[in-house]
Amino acid sequence: MYKYNDFDEAFVRERVAQFSGQVARRIDGSLSEDEFRPLRLMNGLYLQLHAYMLRVAVPYGTLNSRQMRQFATIADTYDKGYGHFTTRQNIQFNWPKLRDVPAILTALADVEMHAIQTSGNTIRNVTADHFAGAAADEIEDPRAYAELIRQWSTDHPEFQFLPRKFKVAITGAPNDRAVVKAHDIGLRMIRNDAGETGFEVIVGGGLGRTPMIGKVIRDFLPKADLLPYLEAIVSVYNLLGRRDNKYKARIKITVHENGLETVRDMVEGEFAQRRALFNGADQALLAEIEPAFAKPDFLIGETEGFDAFYKADPVFRSWVDTNLAEHRQPGYAIVTISLKAHGQTPGDATSEQMRVMADLAEEFGHDELRVSHEQNIVLPHVHKSHLPELHARLAAVGLATANVGLVSDIIACPGMDYCALATARSIPIAQQIAERFDELKLEHEVGPLKLKISGCINACGHHHVGHIGILGLDRAGVENYQITLGGDATQDAAIGERAGPGFSADAIVPAIERLILAYLDLRETAGETFIEAYRRLGAEPFKAALYPDEAGDRKHAA
Amino acid sequence: MSRRFTPKVVTANDLLDGDAVWLTEDDRWTRRMCEAELIEDEAHAQLRLLAAESQGNIVVGAYLVDAKAGENGPEPTHFREAFRTRGPSNYAHGKQVEAA
Repeated sequence: MYKYNDFDEAFVRERVAQFSGQVARRIDGSLSEDEFRPLRLMNGLYLQLHAYMLRVAVPYGTLNSRQMRQFATIADTYDKGYGHFTTRQNIQFNWPKLRDVPAILTALADVEMHAIQTSGNTIRNVTADHFAGAAADEIEDPRAYAELIRQWSTDHPEFQFLPRKFKVAITGAPNDRAVVKAHDIGLRMIRNDAGETGFEVIVGGGLGRTPMIGKVIRDFLPKADLLPYLEAIVSVYNLLGRRDNKYKARIKITVHENGLETVRDMVEGEFAQRRALFNGADQALLAEIEPAFAKPDFLIGETEGFDAFYKADPVFRSWVDTNLAEHRQPGYAIVTISLKAHGQTPGDATSEQMRVMADLAEEFGHDELRVSHEQNIVLPHVHKSHLPELHARLAAVGLATANVGLVSDIIACPGMDYCALATARSIPIAQQIAERFDELKLEHEVGPLKLKISGCINACGHHHVGHIGILGLDRAGVENYQITLGGDATQDAAIGERAGPGFSADAIVPAIERLILAYLDLRETAGETFIEAYRRLGAEPFKAALYPDEAGDRKHAA
Repeated sequence: MSRRFTPKVVTANDLLDGDAVWLTEDDRWTRRMCEAELIEDEAHAQLRLLAAESQGNIVVGAYLVDAKAGENGPEPTHFREAFRTRGPSNYAHGKQVEAA
């Protein structure tokens, strides 16, 4: 893992000192809220429905046991004993007091973490494939580049007042687990015909009120050109992006309104100039960063114990079958720890659970953890011989739910239980759907299914790219839930289509149940997934299941 | 004829802990909406909002919001404001457990 150098350390400490002074001046009345608000947002501090919320960056989702334990300490000391992991690989604390925030930021700085640029119209925390450095399908670990981008974008003087926030995602694998096509810039590592690795650069993706799939602006970017090219894109956007209307200010609208060709020409022109200004300092920096992401010292050992336990214990077997992914190293597995126990809040972990995950990472996981955008925690490197004990210790604290990738592994934003922008609640809907499918004992039968819920049009819950998406709205003073179908967050990214009129809070869970039961009837084989069946059949039979009365009416009319 | 004025309360968040608060008739900020001043007159509402906004060192983001008279005082008319009187629905946190 990357370790802060003297520069990083001094920079973060200085920002903590600055913000501590700003908090003190806000409390003593020297700063008004209008003056303070942009300052607190620069440091990740929001004011929500019931309390402040502090959003802490987990750079490209990677952290170590010491950092996870510090989250637990912060949760116990300054919050209500838990934290919420988000779709942007961050953690949010929902109940900090303004007076305590400087102490929290100091505690974070003690473990090389901060909340800088987790809000505001800046380049946000760069997100990455949560299996980076471990996945069997990966070309190269993208995290050295992610760290390079983090250093370049942090406090970049030109990009502190962009037209709107700016999100970059990166993956080193052909199977996209980082939703790169729904980011302002998506970077996909690829190999060209000459066998060299570089990046396919995707621009102008995004969800929110105008969802768009990103477009390829550069087919193949040599790795050495990464920073000048990114800088060219962001600088073109900085000047071209609209500042008259915040709903039209993201780069997806800039690209849409000006056309990809125009934007590309401008970016290439800018790139030619900027590239000359990068005198190799970026490559020197990259060379310093790269060793931090060297492979761990993998264990060589037998896995017969694992095989025997797998055969003997059905609970363990079920967990292995759903929560493990293939590792590039023989004898190893990637473990996804589900933060989606049926009926619990998606993405939440108690301080006790955080400590257990930290201990397990330290003992069995080469001291590495990841936050996934799907709001789970990943132990990227676990030797299979350790899995039985690891599973038992997870089970002891409610962390062994075998549901990764299934219907109850729901992404849900905080919604109107916490968020000041929300138009409806998300969490209770996620809880009820998960409990219902647990009751039915159907989710393993249903198989892979991505269900994603947002509590407002801003789409933090990624509902547009869920196979089933749910969007919570306020319709005449009542919570109402719209369903979208056929979205996809992978390399085959697609925006889901609205199925029809929304459902009340009471009717949404039965509607989802009808939809999924219909899929079970409609699929050709047990192996045909929901999204495959949807693509084969189109929306109609699924809509008929959602709106049975209307289907009846149409028959009568015909 | 102009439309009838919907009764309002002045609400905000506390500066130090962010908790939802309401303005009372005697110029206090209360954590319990039922103790708020229910404002029935539009001109008076604007004056009360100005009074609230002048207390930017105690509260943040004051605004007027619809309310109705209830048995024990003002009650919310919209679900968002109802959540603000209770706290989140996923945990017993916030006012629903802290209110005396």
